[in-house]
Amino acid sequence: MAHSINSGYSAWLKRDLLLAYRRRGEAASSLIFFVMVSTLIPLGLTPESAQLAEIAAGMIWVMALLATLLSVDGLFASDYQDGSLEQLLITPQLLPMPVLGKITAHWLTTGLPLTLASPLLGLMLSLPTAGYLPMLCSLALGTACLSLTGAVGAALTVSLRKGGLLLSLLVIPLYMPVIIFGTATVTYAIDGRLTGCHRWPYSGRYLPPL
Amino acid sequence: MSWQWFHRLGSPRWFYQTSTRWLPLLALIAAAVLISGLVWGLAIAPADAKQGNSFRIIYIHVPASFLALAGYYIMAIAGAVGLIWKMKLSYMVMKSAAPIGAALTFIALLTGAIWGKPTWGTYWVWDARITSMLILLFLYLGVMALQYAYHSIDAASKAGAILALVGTVNIPIIYKSVDWWYTLHQPATIKFTSAPSMHIDMFLPLLVMIIGFYLFYAVALILHTRSEILRRERKTAWVRELIEPEARS
Repeated sequence: MAHSINSGYSAWLKRDLLLAYRRRGEAASSLIFFVMVSTLIPLGLTPESAQLAEIAAGMIWVMALLATLLSVDGLFASDYQDGSLEQLLITPQLLPMPVLGKITAHWLTTGLPLTLASPLLGLMLSLPTAGYLPMLCSLALGTACLSLTGAVGAALTVSLRKGGLLLSLLVIPLYMPVIIFGTATVTYAIDGRLTGCHRWPYSGRYLPPL
Repeated sequence: MSWQWFHRLGSPRWFYQTSTRWLPLLALIAAAVLISGLVWGLAIAPADAKQGNSFRIIYIHVPASFLALAGYYIMAIAGAVGLIWKMKLSYMVMKSAAPIGAALTFIALLTGAIWGKPTWGTYWVWDARITSMLILLFLYLGVMALQYAYHSIDAASKAGAILALVGTVNIPIIYKSVDWWYTLHQPATIKFTSAPSMHIDMFLPLLVMIIGFYLFYAVALILHTRSEILRRERKTAWVRELIEPEARS
């Protein structure tokens, strides 16, 4: 039994990664969005680095959240359309593991690239040096939380025609603790108050699709 | 046999007929308690030493905030009951609880803003409690939006119930994190400084108002649920019987 549970996880993980690899443009678009929106901030607020440094951490987090929000919409969409989601539902296999596999694939294709790109944005927004490592760590963990939470919303809205906008309405309130913790971690580190132990009570939740 | 009451509870028809009998009485009591609480709080209770008469908005603000939060749990519990026992009626209660709760949350925010102007000097402060109330309003709106988005009542009910439950799990986390976030920021320079414990003359009318709001909430919820029952059961024989004689005469 344990074997079949695990195989469900890795099979769906591999499948989704392969699909993402074949549709590289789609996968890259949320990353490009992340980078592009960051150029709006100096344009809209101020190009002065002192002021940018103050808001950099929060801004990077807000943009990462929005980028994840845009991409999580498609988590179940294509599977719902081509019927493989239904196939998954009628298999005797346990549901949680394949879905967790899908979510992991989603994180690997969106959250992880965002995390890796964040130092670049930190540079552009003149984030203080002390903030880089905490930002990487908090984004890596945080985007995983965002993927997990977003999966709930994606599952609830997958059968709706205009689910995307609704999805953001449902999920943004649930994202608020993540952004609070994420930004706080970076701000703490910049102020030199990082204690090393930061709670992430937000992890590990997900619901199987309806 | 002992479970008969439970199954009966799940019948919209039984609920409708029983509530027809009890609703007038309940509404009367709610109105009496609310009016007496309002008169007591707004006219008879002594004015606050620091805030003068402006504090009297507390008699609306606090009960509304109470019910806004309690209403979310009521909605989530109704959703859970629906998911577990597949009870039609509890889904209807859940759907009815969402707009009432959202309205109460909005009233709490609005009265808070109105109260904030004379006390804090500003309508809006990013205070931990206010922010959590705002997030609560968003959660309510999410549940409502999801309900309206589905065409199939069954799917809408299930999706709404799951979202309400997820929200319930999140409410303590949101409250805690917002609290934590607030302590990170500079505390507001203007702080709400009331006496640590309320005077009994001020507290008693507040208590009456809270009870009154609970009763009002019950009446509103029952009324809303009744109209939801009629809407969803409009094709059944008993609803037609209920409507038709009036239409003919």
